[in-house]
Amino acid sequence: MANEIATEKKVIVFQLKNEEFAVSVQQVVTIERVQTITRVPNTSNFVKGVINLRGVVTPIIDLRTRLGIEESEYNESTRIVIVYLDDMEVGLIVDAANDVIDIPSDVIEPAPEVIGAVNADYIEGVAKLDSRLLILLDLKKVLTNEELNELKSPEGQ
Amino acid sequence: MDTTQYLDVFIDESNEHIEVLYKKLLELEKSPNEKAIIEEIFRAAHTLKGMSATMGFSDLATITHTLENVFDAIRYDRVTVQSEMIDLLVDTVDILNSMVEDIANGGKGAHEVDSIVSKLETIETGVAAANETTQEVKQDIESEIHHISSDLDEFEISILNESHERGFSNFEITVQLREDCLLKGARVFMVFEVLEQLGEVIKSNPTVNDLEEENFESSFTVILVSEHPEKEIGEKIKKVSEIETVTIHQFSVSNYREKKEEQKDSTTEEKNQLVNTKKQQSSRADNDTTKSSQHKTIRVNIEKLDVLMNLFEELIIDRGRLEQISTDLQNNELQDTVERMSRVSSNLQNVILTMRMVPIDQVFSRFPRMVRKLARDLHKQVDIEIIGADTELDRTVIDEIGDPIVHLLRNAIDHGIETPEERLRKGKPEKGTITLEAFHSGNHVFIEITDDGAGINKEKVLNKALSNGILSEREVTGLTDQQIYELIMESGFSTAEKISDISGRGVGLDVVKNTIESLGGNISIDSTLDKGSVFSIQLPLTLTIISVLLVELNQEKFAIPLSSIIETAIISKEQILSAHHKKVIDFRGKVIPLVNLKEVFDIPKENDEEEYTSIVIVKKGDKLAALVVDAFIGQQEVVLKSLGSYLTNTFAISGATILGDGEVSLIIDSNAIIK
Repeated sequence: MANEIATEKKVIVFQLKNEEFAVSVQQVVTIERVQTITRVPNTSNFVKGVINLRGVVTPIIDLRTRLGIEESEYNESTRIVIVYLDDMEVGLIVDAANDVIDIPSDVIEPAPEVIGAVNADYIEGVAKLDSRLLILLDLKKVLTNEELNELKSPEGQ
Repeated sequence: MDTTQYLDVFIDESNEHIEVLYKKLLELEKSPNEKAIIEEIFRAAHTLKGMSATMGFSDLATITHTLENVFDAIRYDRVTVQSEMIDLLVDTVDILNSMVEDIANGGKGAHEVDSIVSKLETIETGVAAANETTQEVKQDIESEIHHISSDLDEFEISILNESHERGFSNFEITVQLREDCLLKGARVFMVFEVLEQLGEVIKSNPTVNDLEEENFESSFTVILVSEHPEKEIGEKIKKVSEIETVTIHQFSVSNYREKKEEQKDSTTEEKNQLVNTKKQQSSRADNDTTKSSQHKTIRVNIEKLDVLMNLFEELIIDRGRLEQISTDLQNNELQDTVERMSRVSSNLQNVILTMRMVPIDQVFSRFPRMVRKLARDLHKQVDIEIIGADTELDRTVIDEIGDPIVHLLRNAIDHGIETPEERLRKGKPEKGTITLEAFHSGNHVFIEITDDGAGINKEKVLNKALSNGILSEREVTGLTDQQIYELIMESGFSTAEKISDISGRGVGLDVVKNTIESLGGNISIDSTLDKGSVFSIQLPLTLTIISVLLVELNQEKFAIPLSSIIETAIISKEQILSAHHKKVIDFRGKVIPLVNLKEVFDIPKENDEEEYTSIVIVKKGDKLAALVVDAFIGQQEVVLKSLGSYLTNTFAISGATILGDGEVSLIIDSNAIIK
């Protein structure tokens, strides 16, 4: 029994373009519909702005732009996945969030060089499940805002 | 019955009373004949005494009781206020403070009582001598002598004595619970409720705490002061179920005391007791008035307020939706109701917003006595002037800022202010002055500590820094004065030639700097040799409520803190001038730069060539700038929120706020825009 727990990983599955991505449920706070986003000027292009998440101002990034996939219009199925990492709450805009599944850890493989359009840097691994291919996202990398820091205060010098 | 809850209230209230004692003692020193002050001290001491006795902290009660006696003597002009006396009294309050602290930390608040009590009693010796004749006034109540196993302290005895004089009876009541009683604690509680209706419980054995925790066999004994007859009391107690027997006896103080005296010879003590008894009479009358004022505030955990605030904000979002729906439906009744709801909720919002704010006086109020004590210890003369104590700060900031300020004040007294002789030699008034000022400016609260002392000796600082290896010879050149002053906040630096207890070993100022920086603020130093120094702490308003002007830029709403705004204006195209390829305007004879916020914030411009431009004049120190906006929306009180740790240091944005409609609006940091 203990063995089984150790080898299963519960993840939230969401969609970007034609690919399915996954993050561990432990890192997900909630999933929200798209609401009014207040733009924050002078930040990276993938930072869409901030929203009011039940009284907490939460930054939102467009995961498509962040991972280098072309942008698309938001529609009915667009969701904001609020993730939590190291005291930070950040919302990720995804095309759709539709599944919670358990992945046996033996189907998780290290990331190949490039998967579809996404740079392997942001990938923790891939999981093959029957006909599906899930890309496990490395949130830490996605949320490391080195690029953001570089872009900070362009006029502040 | 949760005793820890009572304990919290007790500690909070005790701290308040101790605060009052400190404050009033200092006022008393300045105006020794002010009766109102003495009254207030007396009342605070009295309440404190009552509370600590109820809670079973007998040492605390004994000291406050003696303190109260002293003030009673002062009140009736039997003793005149002198400076040395104030010292002793302040020391006594210090002890009380440490005792309460001990209790707060889970201790029993025990302290060696005799020496303080005897010192305090020397103050009122004159009184004691005068009252010696009263020693004969011993009352004899003869009744069955019953043995109470616990000891009564002087304070309790004095209450019992007094009650007798006022025609009340003292009863010793032993209640035996039934062996099969399940909820002993609850029964005890019910008995006490009955007793409290009938009179006042002076003493209980085992203690109330033990009783509540059911740390007793099946019987307990209390001493009750009551005007009701013995029989009535017995019957009322028996109404509580699961009680086996109730035994009531008259309790005689004199008998009790005789018994005690057999054990120890204490003639002097007794004299004091009688004196105390006399005092007690007059003080009892005040009891009721002080009690009623205790319930004006309640204490709420700040996290609960956060939750309340967030819940309320969700409500606001729904309110916005309701408003939308009601306009769509065009139903009059619905519209009326929604409108009413909007009004009520705006009021509610204001209430919630202001609840978290606390005047900085909470921190400042303890400084005068601290300064006074330090100055005395160091044989210096220092006055402290406090300005802007009503400046409101968020509770969380208030909690953090106390220690750094204490440190800076100590530093100012120890290193800044010179000895009186030296000051005279320099042609300055003997008495040094420290000014502590708090004010809001821009998105910040400033706290300035100014002293008129020796100032900072640049040479000395540099030499010290070099010898301590804080900086190298090469780095010295090109340092501004400010940078040199700031060296004293590096770790491992101390300019005092002697290490003193007051400002430590040079580990202090760097801690101050760190604390302030961890609060997101900064500290700067300015100084003139022999004229004094200014330590200026700048703190962000995080979590505070600020008034902002909402402006619109292409449908995006931004908030500009009112504190940094000088005025708003609408100017025509002709008024915009050009200087060095930059747009400027003439504002009341001053040329100030025109900053187009759309450029700063990267907002697409529509038509630039409008006839009139709306501007907001903002200031940073004495520099001004005019910010161009599309439209003014209005003034509003908002809660400043951070953008989250993901977006830190966003240029010219100091935070965000959630507007009434639930949308997020960014707050402009005009300090970053003005260069």
